[in-house]
Amino acid sequence: MSAKVVTITSGKGGVGKTTATANLAVALAQNHDRVVSIDADIGLRNLDVVMGLENRIVYDIVDVIEGRCKLRQAMIRDKRFENLYLIPAAQTRDKTAVSPKDMVKLCDELRTDFDWILVDSPAGIERGFRNAIAPADVVLILTNPEVSAVRDADRIIGLIEAEEKGPGILVINRVKPAMVKRGDMLSTEDIVDVLAIDLIGIVPEDESVLVASNQGRAAVLDEKSKAGHAFRNIARRLNGEQVPFDELDEKDGFFDRILKIGRSGGDT
Amino acid sequence: MSFFERVGLSRAQSADDAKERLKLVLIHDRAGLSPGKLEALKDDLIRVIEKHIAIDTQEVEITLTRDRDRQRLVADIPIRSIKDRR
Repeated sequence: MSAKVVTITSGKGGVGKTTATANLAVALAQNHDRVVSIDADIGLRNLDVVMGLENRIVYDIVDVIEGRCKLRQAMIRDKRFENLYLIPAAQTRDKTAVSPKDMVKLCDELRTDFDWILVDSPAGIERGFRNAIAPADVVLILTNPEVSAVRDADRIIGLIEAEEKGPGILVINRVKPAMVKRGDMLSTEDIVDVLAIDLIGIVPEDESVLVASNQGRAAVLDEKSKAGHAFRNIARRLNGEQVPFDELDEKDGFFDRILKIGRSGGDT
Repeated sequence: MSFFERVGLSRAQSADDAKERLKLVLIHDRAGLSPGKLEALKDDLIRVIEKHIAIDTQEVEITLTRDRDRQRLVADIPIRSIKDRR
């Protein structure tokens, strides 16, 4: 079996790429798939802390590329899943320490031993971004329901199409259902309509994501986390499963609650 | 949703503004032509056309549109009638 390389990118910074990468990696590992996540944000290493592996780093991706260590030595095994690994970014170097060719070569070496290779792209559209998408079989474009984030996602779609990696699939992160409901937030339909690409996930804004990341673990490990549930669904869809999209519902007003009781049964 | 919003007493909804602004900005982004550049193009176009035909420069409209997968630059250039020119 040969791994599928999935790059998570967004254009705009701060939309949740690193958190999404960590959660998807854990969700895929939960299904017993062999997963390696690569932090491609050279100089701004972060995937390690989100995954709670920051104390185990000896070597990083640049050490591998420059031949200071073997690939296996830079792979950090997860604390909970023995089938999940992280290759951390270098902290003291910049994006030019890695080339798109290096990334392709690195991922090709990993392909035979894994089912999934997740690449956490840096923000922006420069070298770091080009490094991250070079090895990709699938590009996940993460956005938030904000004009600025969707605009950048559109630009990214154009760029990955130009690199013949396109059109990419969309993940909408940090959706606040109550705001969408009262017409103060772009809806999933609005965003999909404007960007015209396939959707693979809708992740609600959820405090449990920050709580989990404070502790260096993924929200998907929390059965009750709504965002965690959404990430598990994305993992299932990546695996080719047909999973219906959830109705995002929370904090409804008084009238909605009455209506809901009338309708019976809670949805998930 | 509050009672007032439910009975239609609330302000206009900002998601609609967001969508309209997004659509407009993407039309310009995708064409690589900012609104300012489009305005400059319009001025150039008017100057060239005026050499050949009398037009109503105030009414000229140049817009970027999108249908299916193709972007178009649409120009609406009203010609002054012979009557006006006398």
